[in-house]
This record gives sequence, C-alpha cells and structure tokens, in this order.
Amino acid sequence: MSTPAEHPEVLPEEHPVAPYIRTDRMPHIWCPTCGIGTVVKCFATALAESGLDLNKVSVVSGIGCTGRVAGYMKLDGFHTTHGRAIPFATGLKLGRPELLVTVFSGDGDLVGIGGNHFIHAARRNMDLLVILVNNFIYGMTGGQNAATTPLTAKTSTMPYGNFERAFNLPQLAASCGATYVARWTCLHIRRLTKAFGEALKRRGFRFIEVITPCATLYARLNKLGSGLDLMRFYHDNAEIRHGADTREVGIAFQDRIVCGKFVDEEQPSFLEMMHEHYRKTLGSKYVPTPPEGGWLHE
Amino acid sequence: MKADPAGVLTGVHYLDGDFACGEGAMAAGCRFVAGYPITPSTEVVERISRRFPLMGGTFIQMEDELGSMAAVVGASWTGTKSMTVTSGPGFSLMMENIGLAAMMETPCVVVNVQRGGPSTGLPTMVGQADMMQARWGSHGDYEVIALSPQSPQETFDLMINAFNLAEVYRVPVLVMMDECVGHMTEKVVIPPAEEIEIVPRTLTGQPPESYLPYKVDGKPVPEFARAGDGYRFHTTGLTHDERGYPVMSKECQEKCVSRLLDKVRRNVDNIVRLEEREVDGADVVVVAYGITARVARIGVELAKLQGAKVGFIRLITVWPFPDRRIRAVAEKVRAFVVPEINYGQMVLEVERCAAKAGADAVLVPHPGGGVHDPKRICEAILGAAK
Amino acid sequence: MKYWRKPLDFGDVKVPHGEVRILVERCKGCGFCVEYCPKDVLVMSEEFNKKGYHPPKVVKAGECVNCNLCEMICPDFAIFSVAVSDGDAAGAAGSSPEAAGADPRPPERELRRA
Repeated sequence: MSTPAEHPEVLPEEHPVAPYIRTDRMPHIWCPTCGIGTVVKCFATALAESGLDLNKVSVVSGIGCTGRVAGYMKLDGFHTTHGRAIPFATGLKLGRPELLVTVFSGDGDLVGIGGNHFIHAARRNMDLLVILVNNFIYGMTGGQNAATTPLTAKTSTMPYGNFERAFNLPQLAASCGATYVARWTCLHIRRLTKAFGEALKRRGFRFIEVITPCATLYARLNKLGSGLDLMRFYHDNAEIRHGADTREVGIAFQDRIVCGKFVDEEQPSFLEMMHEHYRKTLGSKYVPTPPEGGWLHE
Repeated sequence: MKADPAGVLTGVHYLDGDFACGEGAMAAGCRFVAGYPITPSTEVVERISRRFPLMGGTFIQMEDELGSMAAVVGASWTGTKSMTVTSGPGFSLMMENIGLAAMMETPCVVVNVQRGGPSTGLPTMVGQADMMQARWGSHGDYEVIALSPQSPQETFDLMINAFNLAEVYRVPVLVMMDECVGHMTEKVVIPPAEEIEIVPRTLTGQPPESYLPYKVDGKPVPEFARAGDGYRFHTTGLTHDERGYPVMSKECQEKCVSRLLDKVRRNVDNIVRLEEREVDGADVVVVAYGITARVARIGVELAKLQGAKVGFIRLITVWPFPDRRIRAVAEKVRAFVVPEINYGQMVLEVERCAAKAGADAVLVPHPGGGVHDPKRICEAILGAAK
Repeated sequence: MKYWRKPLDFGDVKVPHGEVRILVERCKGCGFCVEYCPKDVLVMSEEFNKKGYHPPKVVKAGECVNCNLCEMICPDFAIFSVAVSDGDAAGAAGSSPEAAGADPRPPERELRRA
C-alpha cells in the first residue's frame, strides 16, 4: 500500500489552497492539532468561491497565534500591534473604501486587549469582516487566562481554575450593533466556509467566532487530550441553533457549544451612513473620499 | 509637485496655531485623520472635520488614542496621507503604534500640542516636557523626525514640511507644538496651491511578481506599494527581511533595525533646520525651541543691553538633534543657555554635544503652566558669560 | 458500498472517485483527516516525516470519493484529493506519479481554485 515515500512527486503548488497562502512560508508555526489552519483553509475556500477580486482583499491581524494569519495568506496582509487590528483595519477601509477588509485574529487580541476597539467598530457598523478564532486561552504566550476562558478551566495564570466570568462573544457583538453574527467550530468546515462566503458579501460589521482546539495549552492544562479529542468533543457537543437568542449562547467549561447564524440583518454601514448624511447636509458640496483612496498624487 | 488646491485655503487669515495646523495638514495633502479629543489639541480636528467632507478627506473620531494611531498607520498603507493630533496623555497611548509606523516604515504625521505633565497634569496650560518622549517614547531602537513651530504661521509651514519629510524618509514625523502656540492667534498667510511644494506618495513601478516591500537597493527607503494594487505584500511589526516576512535572528535584526536608524542618521544634514542669529563671535549661545524661543529672544536682547555677546539658535527640527552644528558652535563659545518648559530635556542633548569642547550647558527650567520670565533667561546668560 | 436498501436511482448516480495527495513534509500528524475521512481511506503511517511526525497513508485507494473533506479539515494544508475518471480509479489512486502529471480535475474543481 502507499507510504509517504511513494508520494515525493506531490508539489505544494498543486494543493488547491496554494494561490491563497504564502507557500514559501509553509509549514506554518501552529502546533500539531491546532485548528487555526483549518479556519484559514475554510476562509481561502470561501474567497475562492466568492469570485471576489483578491487584489482588493486585505487581511489584518493583531498579535498571537491567530495573529500570524495575515502573514500566511497571499493577500495584502498586515500583522499589526496587539489588539489594534480593528482600528488599523478601520484606517485601511476608510483610506481606500473599495477594499474588502478582513480582520483575522484571536480572542485575546480582539476582545482582551482590543475589546474597546471591538465594541466601537461594532457600534459604528464599520465595514469590516471580523473573524475571531477562539481557543479560550492565550496560546502564544503560554496559556494564560483569557477573557473567553470558561469558568473553572485551568490556565497558567489561573492554576487553580478560572474564577472570572467569560465573555459571551456573540452576545457582545450583537448587543454592540454587529449586523452579522455567527459561531462555528473548526469542525464545521462546510458551514463555516458558507458563513465566510455569506459574510464576505455583506456590508457593515460582520462577526464570526470560530471555536478551535488549542492542544498545547488549553487541552494540556485541562487534561482534555489532544486537539483531535477536542474536535471529537465539538462533534458531540456542538448544537446548531440558527437565530438563537445570543444571551443564551455563552460557553461553559466542557459544555455544549451553541453554533449557528445568530444575527443577519441589513443595516446601513458606517460608510453608507456617512455618505448619506453628508449628501443630505452638504448637498453638492460633499466630496467623498474616492473609492481608490484619498488624494493621490500624479 | 504642487498642492491640491482643494485643500489650500489661500489668503491672509487670523488663525490660532491649532487651526493653522489643520490648514497646513490639508494643504499638505492629508486626507485621513483619526483622533480622540484632548485639550489643547482638539481644535485641530474640529477644523479638519468641518473641512474634510468638502475635499475628499475622511475624519473619524476613534474610541481612544491607541485606535487613532493604529488607524492612521492603516490608512497610510492605502497611499492616503494620514495624521493624528493629540496632547501628552494621548501621546503616551500613541507610542505603541508610532513604533509600529517606524517598524513598518509608514509615512504619517503626529501632532502633539504639549501641555503640562506628568499624567493628566495641566490640561489647559503649556508644557514642553514631551520632547524626550518624542524621541524615545516607543520601545526599541528607531528614529523619528520631530519639528517644533514657534508661531501659527510656522505651524502651517512646518505641517507641509512634516508631511513631505514623512514621505521622503517613510517615518512618523512628530510636530511638537505647545499649548501657547496652539492657542495663540496671529496672522497666517496661506499661499496659493501652486506655490506649495508637495512630496507625493511615490508608488512602486515594479511588477508584483518581482516586488519586495523592504528591498532598498542602496536607497535610504524601500519602494512603496499600497494595499489594493495587486502586490499582495506582507508587512509586520516583527523583525523582517526584504520580503516583509518575520525572521527571528540577530542577523536580520541588525539589518532591519540599522536601516531604520541609518535612513535618518545619515541624512541629518538634509533634515535639520535651524534658525541662527549672531552666533559668530558670541560668548554664550541660547538654544531654544517652540514658544520658549520667542520668550528667549527677549532674554537675549536684555542681555545684549547689558553688554553680553549672545548668539541664538532656534531648533526648528528638534529630532534628529543637530549634533554637528552644536559641536561646531561649542568650540567657539563659553556656554549654552537652554531655557525650556521642563526640568531638563533638550539641554541634555546640548550638554552631550558641548562636553568635548568644554562648553557649559546651562538649563533654565520652567515647571509648565506658563512661559519663562525673560529676565530669568537674561540672568542665566549673564551668569554663563562670566 | 453497502446500502440498507438499494436506492431508486442507483443506476443513474455516478459515485465520483478521487485520488489522495499528501504533502508529507507539511504534515504534523494531527490525525484529523484519518478521523474524519467518511470512507476510511486513510490511516496514520508508521513512518516519520522529516519533522518527526507520522503522516497519514492511503489504505483504501479505490474508496476515495473526492469529497475533499481531508483537504478542508487539514490545518496544515498537507493533504488534498483530485478527481480521477472511473477507469483510472482503482489503479491510480494514491500511488501513481503518472496520474499526478496529468490533470484529471473536473471543471468545477478548477472553478473552486480560481
């Protein structure tokens, strides 16, 4: 039967994801059984299926494990400072409104240190697609407690178990005004890909939370086995409830994970509201920033 | 090239320094501003937010200064000239992403209308105690350019200068105003657009296949590609190679960081602007900047009336510091007198440059909340001349 | 394939066939593909790659239905499948360098990559 040695002819360029990732940077830094790569694959597939001009798609990341996504995707990619992916992306979008700007970062980055930016971008309905990879822990720094760590879960800074309450992210996003809110695990590859595809076509603040396994820290510190064991856990405990009341989708330690599309509504985005308001108040005197960017020279 | 007429309010105006700052930015081609309200800088963005919708610019009031600075860096990567405006407490929060701008080599302008500190300090009153923060405020080794205007007119002029320097050297340029200059109303002449020389954002002409975002080919700065033009480049705050990819090695660190420093250090003479008066033959030279330069001029005149031979150097560019010129002057004078509205910041630089020649550097401190009494500066000059 | 009853359209439906390709050196041995392959085409190999991980190996070459689930779930972009025409399926899957040279992907596959 076939063994690895029989496949030396398979080239990285043949992999269907090759046009969307920086193959010269593979293998990536993520641990064995980490799920971030799967989320990237799903996003790349959604991009491929979207028919979008990828030259106009930017991906912005903050710091942390998921923060590396911006450097692995073959798009205009910005690996910024810790927690500032959303404001950086805001500048990018407003500087060149024709861009489709995606924020791809982790829970610690986007709702820990970057929480203030998160709620305000949602409030403004800023035209950003925010993909938050939630592994319940600070991975890159060694397993410290996160704003998403479920009660009683052990982390390296809560060695006796976490006693802080965790964010319920879909509720947070929805209550701040996000117009598309969904949650999937990285086991839900088809549904996640579909959600990415849907969100890519919407405007305004779109938020997709993806639960992923962190084997090296979250699973190890909590004696949950490998990332594969966590994937099995998702299989058995994920519950799909589209349109669920986001107040009821909080995640308790090793408890059910409610997945689905919770919010999907058309609301004018920041840019639409700004244009409409200025047109109304300033009339023909209003000069919007051109789609290709602020005043360029020559 | 010449300025875009849409942003140039040509004419003779009676403006305060903050408004002149806003007008200077718009004349320089700034079309993205993110800011957070803070006294005494807020009038700058009030001016801009009123005028931007009429000229294709976007202003956004962010949730804090961390976000403001991050948004400025982001917007600059679209090729849009970008800036933010703040004062001390906000300046502290911006340091994180000023470092990012330095590392990513992002042209941008940050205005700090200085007030008294530390911490919340004196929100409505003058200070000049952020000068070292401007140079060293973000962690790690990097270089910035900082300018210090002494009047609303000069604020307008230096804003154009600041945006041009940001483009040439791909660095954050800090305009270190102070509350007095910001809130002082004077005549400001805004020339016609065709008389304002602008350095455009030069986009790379290379094809995407061969473009490397941090390849310099012997030039001081790499060629710029903006987001959305098909270059699909990567940039990061991590130590990076020519491809913009993170490389964690001391070799790459040396290459990456030394170039960030060299592009400014090797061009100090091209960047630095000073105003000098009667330095030749002087026993004592007063070195001052910002509002203090105007006060110090009176001190100099008072000292001259008493027979002192006093020269005067006004730092228009404060960073990089004009080492070479101060060292040369130090050879010929007995002492420098440095009045500033802090307890000794730029005087340390003067002292460093004067030490070899054996010249003294005498600080005339001021705690903030007001400007010096010129008589104190005069006394310091007379004391140093003995 | 076993059915509890014979589907009515049994004769009309064509089951696609695929061939699994593995980028051995990218693999980190997570086992996701082995766990979730609906046709149990893969098992973990006993061999090591250069980084010391056990990559998967194909044990039921003819069974692959080119569902690309392994490709989607692999966090390391290390595995994918390509369609093969029925005639080639049994012999070619998983082993033939010649098959890799020819591009047997159907048009929809191309669309997905574009």
